[in-house]
Amino acid sequence: MRKLTVLSPTAILGYGFPKESFERGLQHNPDVIAVDAGSVDPGPYYLGAGVSFTDKAAVKRDLEIILPAARKRNIPVLIGSAGGAGAKPHLEWTEEIIKEIAAEQDLAFKLALIAADVDEELLLDNLESTEPLGPIAPLNKETVQQTSNIVAQMGVEPIVAALDAGADVVLAGRAYDPTVFAAEAVRRGFDPGPALHMGKILECAAIAAEPGSGRDCMVGILDGDGFEIFPPNPQRQCTIKSVAAHSLYEKSNPWLLPGPGGSLDLQDTIYEQVEPGRVRVTGTRYVADKHYRLKLEGARLVGYRTLAIAGIRDPLMIKELRSILDAVSDSVRENFESVPDYKLNFLCYGLDGVMKELEPTPQPGHEVGLIIDVVAGTQDDANTICSYCRSTLLHYGYPGRVSTAGNLALPYSPSDLKAGPVYEFSVHHLLAVPVEFRPLIQEVGGKSDG
Amino acid sequence: MVKQIPITDLAVVIRSKNSGPLELTFDIIFKDQQSFDLAVASGIFSPALFADLYKIPESRVLSVVEYAPARAIKATILRNTVAGSVGDTDVYGAQQHAPLLAITVPMEGDEDADQG
Repeated sequence: MRKLTVLSPTAILGYGFPKESFERGLQHNPDVIAVDAGSVDPGPYYLGAGVSFTDKAAVKRDLEIILPAARKRNIPVLIGSAGGAGAKPHLEWTEEIIKEIAAEQDLAFKLALIAADVDEELLLDNLESTEPLGPIAPLNKETVQQTSNIVAQMGVEPIVAALDAGADVVLAGRAYDPTVFAAEAVRRGFDPGPALHMGKILECAAIAAEPGSGRDCMVGILDGDGFEIFPPNPQRQCTIKSVAAHSLYEKSNPWLLPGPGGSLDLQDTIYEQVEPGRVRVTGTRYVADKHYRLKLEGARLVGYRTLAIAGIRDPLMIKELRSILDAVSDSVRENFESVPDYKLNFLCYGLDGVMKELEPTPQPGHEVGLIIDVVAGTQDDANTICSYCRSTLLHYGYPGRVSTAGNLALPYSPSDLKAGPVYEFSVHHLLAVPVEFRPLIQEVGGKSDG
Repeated sequence: MVKQIPITDLAVVIRSKNSGPLELTFDIIFKDQQSFDLAVASGIFSPALFADLYKIPESRVLSVVEYAPARAIKATILRNTVAGSVGDTDVYGAQQHAPLLAITVPMEGDEDADQG
């Protein structure tokens, strides 16, 4: 029976992995080494600002091990959602790291870059073909123009095209997480259902093992009607429960997992413990959508942040805290009537800082950690309002106050921290018109670079 | 007579996380088949339960699903604030599970225990 073995070194490129696990993984003769580099989980800033949430030195460390191992065996390395958010600046950032390593280690290979950015004109011409993915406003011209980076989660097709063109290293922008693990399988004609389901588990590497870890390797072996999955590190085990439970992770519904162009149907999926630590998964179906749709992601700048952190220990003040904060907010509003559209938020740790209005037990502790959070249209406005708010609160004479020297324990000098640009998710929509993701192939290292 | 069993006696995982920036999803994974069956049979895991725990209208509870292969019950609700927007308190949504720890699952007490 024909098989395809995929090695997933780590849950996110830059999270690291033990070299020993990686070596053990290589002993299974993988046909592909694939790694997911991204997520929207860390929030809108990274996509909007075009910076990675992983550190350059950490990403380089992982690739310094992966790239030479793959070149030595002449197997492809597939990287999805480059630089975390997978827009053009993230792709370029990762490309630079790859080229540094190629130069330092004297590696030569064909590199395919696949941008995931969606052209603004194409989107503006097709606004009526977009649909909000949940309770977010429909896309309009203004939102598109305000959004700094708009990407679409690509499916396997452009990655297959890059492999067809002979790429040794494929660096994809924003991609549906399982695609880099499934692309070679789809290219070789394996059923996309099991291939993508295997990708769904491999993309988090050893998180689906017991004990779970995002910083350790996982191996998947695909065959005719299913796949087997296991961690190369003998200290971890795949169990039916650990693998099945992972199908739930970060998804709305465990039975139907939507992706570009179709969904994974897990209603008839069967998990079997074939060996200790090793699970076999069969029965997952891929159901193609009638119309191919892509998920768009984008974030726009909403302002600049300044914040101040303070402790409050006075029980008389904690008792009055809500009304004090309301009064200070009013005072800020009156004083800065001319400043447009600033936002002032108080986070009260020890009261309801984590859950806010969802908090079922908002009983104050004996001390409260307060964050004064100001976002305004310019950094100067945010600085001004935060400073005014902090000094007003510091000396605010609330009813019953006895501690007239100051209301806040400020741990830092300067007390106000300038946090810079702030983004919000502005695009989270489906797009029903085709987008062409074209792999750009280049020779790295060797003659052409010399 | 009906006994109330703390969810923490039945579950090994009780977690929250974003499922995309607009949703919060909760996974309760039970320690064994018996605990899962008991939870399912109790009938308490409904949109009304999650609406009540999070003080939100039932219309904001998107789904409550039993997933036998993982001995899990999963619920998904709409976030009040889009992840990472100004005013959000938990970008990953990873600490919103706490109210679930207070769930108790009703079970008919067995005859022997009642008599004893």
